[in-house]
Amino acid sequence: MNLLSAIGAGFLAFVVYLGQVTELAAETFRSIFAGRIRFGLVLRQISHIGFGSQMVVIVTGAFTGAVFTAQTFFQFARLNMESAVGPVVSVAMCRELGPVLTGLMVAGRVGAAMSAELGTMKVTQQIDALRALAVHPVDYLVVPRALAMLVSVPLLVGECIFFGMGAAYLVATQVLDVSPAYYLMNMYKFTEAKDIFMGVLKGFAFAVIIVFVSCREGLNARDGAVGVGRATTEAVVIGSLAVLIANFFLTMLLNIFFPAGVNP
Amino acid sequence: MSADAVIDVRDLVQRIGTQEILRGFSIPVIRGETLVLLGKSGGGKSVFLRHLIGLMKPISGQIFVEGEDITKFGERELEPVRRKVGMVFQDGALFDSMTVFENVAFPLRERGERNETTISRKVADTLALVNMAGHDKKMPVNLSGGMRKRVALARAIVSPPEVILYDEPTAGLDPIVSDSINRLIRRMQRQLNATSIVVTHDMVSCNHIADRVALLHEGRVYFYGTTEDLKQTQDPIIRDFVDGRSNEAD
Repeated sequence: MNLLSAIGAGFLAFVVYLGQVTELAAETFRSIFAGRIRFGLVLRQISHIGFGSQMVVIVTGAFTGAVFTAQTFFQFARLNMESAVGPVVSVAMCRELGPVLTGLMVAGRVGAAMSAELGTMKVTQQIDALRALAVHPVDYLVVPRALAMLVSVPLLVGECIFFGMGAAYLVATQVLDVSPAYYLMNMYKFTEAKDIFMGVLKGFAFAVIIVFVSCREGLNARDGAVGVGRATTEAVVIGSLAVLIANFFLTMLLNIFFPAGVNP
Repeated sequence: MSADAVIDVRDLVQRIGTQEILRGFSIPVIRGETLVLLGKSGGGKSVFLRHLIGLMKPISGQIFVEGEDITKFGERELEPVRRKVGMVFQDGALFDSMTVFENVAFPLRERGERNETTISRKVADTLALVNMAGHDKKMPVNLSGGMRKRVALARAIVSPPEVILYDEPTAGLDPIVSDSINRLIRRMQRQLNATSIVVTHDMVSCNHIADRVALLHEGRVYFYGTTEDLKQTQDPIIRDFVDGRSNEAD
């Protein structure tokens, strides 16, 4: 009975959490469609989220592309399929690695910063001060972050894919002696626009998950510095797990519309 | 509701956890006057103040602001009320990512003022009013407690409100800075003709600024009257508070 009630309580808490995140998302999109957008703040957030995350995304994408190429090459070389490394790496970068790695990096770097900033504002009454000055916290704090994430994350995904594929090409052709012509020919042959489109679409979905999880955690922070620390940790953990879980379901769903390996 | 009351609070009930903070709290706030709300620390004074601008919702009871019951209002409906009522938080609650200038300019910009010359002039005038001229480029973290409260007051009054709420304006300040804050509150009332509600347990401050005094005791208004009435009462609970007696053995 105790186990059942514990499972029930856990499930209930999960439903409440989902409800809070959905409510925040709904309020944010209502504000966006009502035109309550502060463009200056959106640009500032794009600079912080998009521009500021480039280095981490480029390095992650490039080195993952490089190591994935090496591992694929070591296995494929045993089958004399070295020139198949290009399409395997590029399709994987476009469909899975690019969006997921970008999502995880942004959840870590930007999600943590967002929840810490909003959490600190919450526990030091700055959010109450905003409300007291007749400024809705969602309009001022969440809308610019949400819009900036929706603009930045798909672009960062594209960047991650580009540098991942670039590093893969360099490692394959310059280090592992794969023929550049065969590498590129096979890569172009098996990589399609729909693969890139799928990655970018996932980028939008991950942006939504990360921004609303992080903002929800920050806006609900309490109990001073400890509470801010807790909110930040939870934003990163929940955001990262949600990205990984959502990625599986998105892959299954998007594969219906953009089936892998089937030329139209 | 009294014809002169700008705010009328009726039977307010609030609970935090299992503790009943307000138990049928009722009080009128007369237009143009300074009401000082006294009470023990942790007695619910600040909680009461937060209800007046809808930062907290009561379990039951009504709060009329200029005849409208704001307890029924949602967050967006409260915005016009909040433009009429300014609040100075206990620790200032200044935006720590902005300079003093940006903090004070914030309400002007949010209310649609785009002319930078007008904004600069209004911010400079308001900072001068609270004796903070020349500190406009400082960040809040570099200000003392008294300076933060002054800037918070400047931010609250830069778009002149009809009512100003002060949460413990002299708490943690030395007597000289406290006196200057008290004079500032008086000056605000004279110059802006604003109604003020001051939550404090500082009797010196109360005697300096109050037109009317209320004592919050066990979640209700135990005393409501003028400072003269307060001085003359012989009620032991009020006398203990006014004279600062704990009645504990040494």
